[in-house]
Amino acid sequence: MAEAHPVGFRWVMKAKERGARVIHVDPRFSRTSQLADRHVAIRAGTDIAFLGGLIRHVLETESYFREYVLHYTNASAIVGEQFQDAEELGGLFSGWDPETGTYDRSTWAYEGGEVAAAAGVREHSTQAFEGKSGMHAGEFKRDETLQHPRCVFQLLKRHYARYTPEMVERICGISHEDFLAVADALVENSGRERTTAFCYAVGWTQHTAGVQMIRAASILQLLLGNFGRPGSGILALRGHASIQGSTDIPTLYDLLPGYLPMPRSRADDLTLEGYITSNGALRGWWSNFDKYAVSLLKAWFGDAARAENDYGFPRLPKISGNHSHFATTMRALDGGLDGFFVMGQNPAVGSQHAGLQRRALARLRWLVVRDLAEIETASFWRDSPEVRSGELRTEEIATEVFLMPAATHVEKEGCFTNTQRLVQFRDKALDPPGDARSELWFMHHLAKRVIARYAGSRRERDWPIANLRWDYPEHGPTREPDVEAVLKEINGYDVADGRPVSTFNELKADGTTACGCWIYAGIFADGVNQARRRDPGAIDDPAGGWVSPEWAWAWPANRRTLYNRASADPDGRPWSERKRFVWWDEEAGRWGGYDVPDFQPDKRPDYRPPEGARGMDAISGAEPFMMMADGRAWLYAPSGLNDGPLPTHYEPIESPVENLLYPQLSSNPTGIRWQRAENPINPTSDPRFPLVATSFRLTEHHTAGGMSRWLPWLAELQPEMFAEIDPVIAADRGIEDGGWMTIVTERAEIEARAHVTDRIKPLRVDGRPLHQIALPWHWGYGGPLPGDSTNDLGLISGDPNVSIQESKAFSCDVRAGRRSRPTTTRLVGAAPPRPPVPTNADDPSAEEPKEAAE
Amino acid sequence: MADTGARPGSFERLRRLPLVGRALDWGMGESALSPATREAGARIAGLRATESVCPYCAVGCGQVVYTRGGRLVDIEGNPRSPINQGTLCPKGAASRQLVQQPGRLTKVRYRRPGGTEWEELELERAMDMIADRLIAAREAGWQDEDHYGRRVDRTLGFAHLGGATLDNEENYLIKKLFTAMGAVQIENQARI
Ligand code: SF4
Repeated sequence: MAEAHPVGFRWVMKAKERGARVIHVDPRFSRTSQLADRHVAIRAGTDIAFLGGLIRHVLETESYFREYVLHYTNASAIVGEQFQDAEELGGLFSGWDPETGTYDRSTWAYEGGEVAAAAGVREHSTQAFEGKSGMHAGEFKRDETLQHPRCVFQLLKRHYARYTPEMVERICGISHEDFLAVADALVENSGRERTTAFCYAVGWTQHTAGVQMIRAASILQLLLGNFGRPGSGILALRGHASIQGSTDIPTLYDLLPGYLPMPRSRADDLTLEGYITSNGALRGWWSNFDKYAVSLLKAWFGDAARAENDYGFPRLPKISGNHSHFATTMRALDGGLDGFFVMGQNPAVGSQHAGLQRRALARLRWLVVRDLAEIETASFWRDSPEVRSGELRTEEIATEVFLMPAATHVEKEGCFTNTQRLVQFRDKALDPPGDARSELWFMHHLAKRVIARYAGSRRERDWPIANLRWDYPEHGPTREPDVEAVLKEINGYDVADGRPVSTFNELKADGTTACGCWIYAGIFADGVNQARRRDPGAIDDPAGGWVSPEWAWAWPANRRTLYNRASADPDGRPWSERKRFVWWDEEAGRWGGYDVPDFQPDKRPDYRPPEGARGMDAISGAEPFMMMADGRAWLYAPSGLNDGPLPTHYEPIESPVENLLYPQLSSNPTGIRWQRAENPINPTSDPRFPLVATSFRLTEHHTAGGMSRWLPWLAELQPEMFAEIDPVIAADRGIEDGGWMTIVTERAEIEARAHVTDRIKPLRVDGRPLHQIALPWHWGYGGPLPGDSTNDLGLISGDPNVSIQESKAFSCDVRAGRRSRPTTTRLVGAAPPRPPVPTNADDPSAEEPKEAAE
Repeated sequence: MADTGARPGSFERLRRLPLVGRALDWGMGESALSPATREAGARIAGLRATESVCPYCAVGCGQVVYTRGGRLVDIEGNPRSPINQGTLCPKGAASRQLVQQPGRLTKVRYRRPGGTEWEELELERAMDMIADRLIAAREAGWQDEDHYGRRVDRTLGFAHLGGATLDNEENYLIKKLFTAMGAVQIENQARI
């Protein structure tokens, strides 16, 4: 965090000054470890074993926050008889189908709970509010004594019983002493008076069990009562200025704005009613699903969206499998993609198995790259390793390339959403130079051209374009579209008079409101750009400086801490004076506090739903997690995940170590493997690849370097690709500090300067020494500061829930000296060129969304 | 539209004063000024100040952008921001060079199929050519149904990548136009 989110870490240091204890768990000793009270070295990719050990410790020592667990989590829920745990089935849960490599998740349901159809068929889950599909029409059976053998609490105990400190030591390489120190610190700093926060970044997400790593931390934090309270939570540290925003208002294949799922090629999604019924909910917040869906269609199709044509819903495109970045890369590689837009991203360096990415670019008809400089994705046809090696010839690469100059953040106005959902508006300071333009300008003027070409078309497929509402005013000599007009549409408005809505509570399902992204409703409340507010408040006022409610605007509804109803006890009183945040004000008959309450403002803590209640009425006044159908946070996830209701230790797909807990299985059985000759896997425990590699970031560079390697200051600060390696393995391989070394996987070999250092220590794993190599991934072959790319080494793989690749743990080998070939690739000739597949050929993942499982 | 005029005036006025302007920017009181600094005055005095946000990581540090006559002079941490209180990390502090980097593109570069060099292209002409190709790719990749006979109403002819470095409004227009055209292969850095 000190390295990649330095100014965020400043607040960790402030907390430390006030007595907070800081623990850093990471394969390598970094700038963060240096400032922490304790650094715990872990084998990359074994976090679930470690967190599972902590969960077991908290349960065994009865250190959990009992009242919180009992009232705010699903610990007391009783799971159906058909459920079998991974402990009983050698690492697999009940419902496993070896043919398809997927689970029938209906076996994970609560007893007596009906699971909505969507839960059973959804192949890709959305990233937020997961579990909304687990809608139970029946009443939940509970055992408030937590003794029932099938209650979640007991299941949890049994599931983690073997995750002992000894097992943690054997799997993770974490000593008894370190383990206990962490466990004690967690327990001592949780409860009524104290809270603990977890901060994580892609070190937890970029794994084939990445989602479950976060889940494991959630379970631990729920047991300790660390959600919705000041100083608590699990805080995702995100690496791009608006990566949160681009998930909320998604440039993602499986989502529509506001986490509404993309329609899918199934009977339910052919009509608006079917889409709403199968994705909405009877209980909890998602009972409002219809209002958000109809309002989005009104924002897009205006007057043409009417009740009698289902507001245009049936004309939306439908997904039928995995259309993620990697699936599209494979399609392009097979010649099945004509055109590709790349805006502010650099897949030729930044995407996994980058050599394959570049070969895919060479098979496009046309490519549009929008960036500030000539990044590798734009120049691959003349200087990529594949061209230099002679594998590809520039004259034979038929891709037509448009490299469009983009505007920087100070040359346009607009808003970013930061890592805590805070939406901050930037004013424009100067004009972009020459023909450089914003993406807003590009999309607007492209849209005008496209719409003009389809105007008046009566073809069914052209309906969405011919009726697309696109009337943004333009200004200035370049005819820049009015960014606030776009933001107002995102906010939503009353169709009759154009008045901006103030909250999503005003949205309706009858076509009288329009809203581009319901969770952003209120960002233009009262016709004022709330994201442009700049009053930080008084720093010593708890309602001011710590929360700064008038600095910019946070979704939803300007709430700064989600689920903050949990900062008060079931009766609505703060758990302690020290940790007061949001509480029930009996006199006012409302929730009040320092933050905007994340709860219905006047729902009394003693409200209990009447029999058969629906929607928000079905959530009691003592259930803070209102996005969930049962109002409770889920220790056990009866639906919504593809790889199990409880996090389970699996090895990374590529690991030099067997799975000690589930020897038959090794890696996540549902992990996505793209099995083809160009994407070869290093087999488990292959003696050719005995080392673990992990990638990391430097303060002085940004992601794939497109925004940092071209800057003289930053280039000078970190000029060269290097690798961190421990002295033992370095001596063994004859690698000298400052000398060259080569890192090898099945995909590629890259060279780097060796940094022989104790920062990355050998571990003892299952009684044997294990060595790790740490690689920054900012360099590429182009620009003023060339260097080999770490991502050339990687395997294309995917977490089964979100398709993120496993780049934080893979196996490799190293040797002294420079690489042996003119190119980084080892794959020449691995796959003979095939005849191109037609562009409209069906998506292969429609048949097998998850390729053959191990 | 959004100009500095709309910002609370007091901040602007204070910043124009050399000494206070400097003190504000460094997040320090007057006491921190040495006599030499007092003499030198502020490099940023008299410049137009615009409030912005760092374009690198998602911490979201506030920035103040100083310009003179439409030219960028410097970018510093915004002392008013409760996130960074005037500080920036090396990337944020280098962001002036992001704008003024030596390799900054200002013209469209075009590489024809099989071409060995970049060519220059006029912006409006490039936009026309892209629109033509986009429409052709949409039509070539169109599917009413998949091979199971399920309705899909989509095109697989073109794809989009990127968004995490862009503005929310930009992502909104990308998703809106490309979805209306039937595209499903729309992705960004969130999975990376
Ligand atoms: S200044 Fe550094 S820490 Fe702050 S947003 Fe920019 S990159 Fe992140």
